[in-house]
Amino acid sequence: MKELICIVCPKGCHLKVDEANDYAVTGNGCPRGAAYGKAELTNPTRVLTSTVKIDGAHHRRCPVKTDRAVAKGKLFELMDLLDGVQLTAPVKVGQIIIENAAGTGANIVCCKNLDAVK
Amino acid sequence: MNHYELIVIGGGPAGLAAALAAYEQGLRKILIVERDKELGGILNQCIHNGFGLHHFKEELTGPEYAGRFVEMLKDTNVEVALDTMVLEITREREVHAVSVAKGYQVLKGDSVILAMGCRERTRGAIAIPGDRPAGVFTAGTAQRYLNMEGYMVGRRIVILGSGDIGLIMARRMTLEGAKVLACVEVMPYSGGLNRNIVQCLQDYDIPLYLSHTITDIRGKGRVEGVTVSQVDARRNPIPGTEMHFDCDTVLLSVGLIPENELTRQAEITMDPRTNGAVVYENMETALPGVFACGNVVHVHDLVDFVTAESMRAGRAAAAYVQKGEADDAGLITLKNGDGVTYTVPQRIRPGNVENAEVFFRVNRVCGASEIRVMSGDTQIAKFKRAHLAPGEMERIMLPKKLLEKAGSELTVGIVEL
Ligand SMILES: Cc1cc2nc3c(=O)[nH]c(=O)nc-3n(C[C@H](O)[C@H](O)[C@H](O)COP(=O)(O)OP(=O)(O)OC[C@H]3O[C@@H](n4cnc5c(N)ncnc54)[C@H](O)[C@@H]3O)c2cc1C
Ligand code: SF4
Repeated sequence: MKELICIVCPKGCHLKVDEANDYAVTGNGCPRGAAYGKAELTNPTRVLTSTVKIDGAHHRRCPVKTDRAVAKGKLFELMDLLDGVQLTAPVKVGQIIIENAAGTGANIVCCKNLDAVK
Repeated sequence: MNHYELIVIGGGPAGLAAALAAYEQGLRKILIVERDKELGGILNQCIHNGFGLHHFKEELTGPEYAGRFVEMLKDTNVEVALDTMVLEITREREVHAVSVAKGYQVLKGDSVILAMGCRERTRGAIAIPGDRPAGVFTAGTAQRYLNMEGYMVGRRIVILGSGDIGLIMARRMTLEGAKVLACVEVMPYSGGLNRNIVQCLQDYDIPLYLSHTITDIRGKGRVEGVTVSQVDARRNPIPGTEMHFDCDTVLLSVGLIPENELTRQAEITMDPRTNGAVVYENMETALPGVFACGNVVHVHDLVDFVTAESMRAGRAAAAYVQKGEADDAGLITLKNGDGVTYTVPQRIRPGNVENAEVFFRVNRVCGASEIRVMSGDTQIAKFKRAHLAPGEMERIMLPKKLLEKAGSELTVGIVEL
């Protein structure tokens, strides 16, 4: 039995998930909580947001994110990957920076338009 | 003197939405004055996602959310003065501003919108005992250093306060390789969103100590450690409960204060509960033609609500320029009743709205509850909620029909069922 707080809506129900019983959820105020509880224990995923180095822009860092949620266990591997990235301005929102990053199926995309400055 | 129909002070999400809404209503001489080198306000440093679920129906990062509004602005003739600081506004709606490019300028607005946002409470504002070494930052300052300038502020971190910015920074610093030892909150509940407690602390096994505070900061030159103690119901440290943490950095996430120096100088009526201006249903302040929106009025946790409120201010500024002052017949004053700390707006002119949207915060965590709106001893409206918490701003709609029946005073309170 594992206890979780549901984050799908602000109510924050205290869920109990029974791993031994096909991840049956109790304590949920609605069905969305049951789906969340099961997913959290079977395959928890998160969107990763971070920054990478950029040259020639107003700022020294460019914000980036994964374009979909990735397995939670992959986050630190992705952070290591981002450490080696060096962009040069200009860049555009939505521009793909790394395709299928670390085999997660998610792309790393740019979150901000940064123009080149002299 | 440069003349505008509308001058917006502050180019964060509030100022951007207000300017766009006023443009849509037909104003064509609009200026946004922003002291930073770019538009977007605090969103530029909020690189995490979770913005825009209400407004755009998708989850965006802060820079993406701001970027959408900056793009929309490009299709208008709204002027933007960057790197320009407003020093003073007068009761005649003259805006005194200074910039390197243009020096000292006096601009005249038919209407003015205050959208200066807020700043963080600092160590001085909450008085922590101990040495004064380097390594103590507000969480927002650390966020700017890390996300925009690319500096790590420390390796072993203790966070005081469990506001959202502190929680977000706990995760951010962890992902960047720092060790966050603890998040310490003086109240018996967190001031942050549930989602952030789960995804920023629990995901990384960072302990949250509720009803605890930092009672000492030690270090010569740089922070070397802190003492954390449990507090009693009156928030006094309990002797014998001390824990020591060896850390090089303390981040403070102890609340935000609306940035209202300009408002006070212009002697605009303030509300001591919000630290913002008193506003009417359309976000007009007590000084006609001057409006306020976003964090400068009251601290928001969701930028989507900032956008909605600011669009209302923008439309109202346009109406003021085009049609003149609003009719204040039947003025209603809103009061906070049991369990409610403030309301925004504080005043409603029933003749001026279809539905009045009222924001407020509660002072305790409640289960199933009823929000009750009273006119004297008569209850005129009630709203059910499954859950209430101080960290989450509440919103109710009061329809015109109801407002017309109300007396000159309404009280908003909560009752836990
Ligand atoms: C450090 C920090 C972190 C935050 N993190 C989050 C978060 O993670 N998630 C979330 O939902 N909300 C967050 N918030 C709340 C967030 O601020 C609001 O949701 C929203 O950004 C408020 O918009 P605003 O336009 O009112 O204020 P701001 O975004 O603060 O914009 C105000 C603008 O006014 C400008 N300004 C101020 N005074 C002057 C002057 N005299 N002259 C010219 N320009 C001026 C400022 O430079 C700034 O650009 C955070 C707030 C702070 C302070
Ligand atoms: S279980 Fe349903 S009601 Fe409860 S927090 Fe989750 S989404 Fe909200």
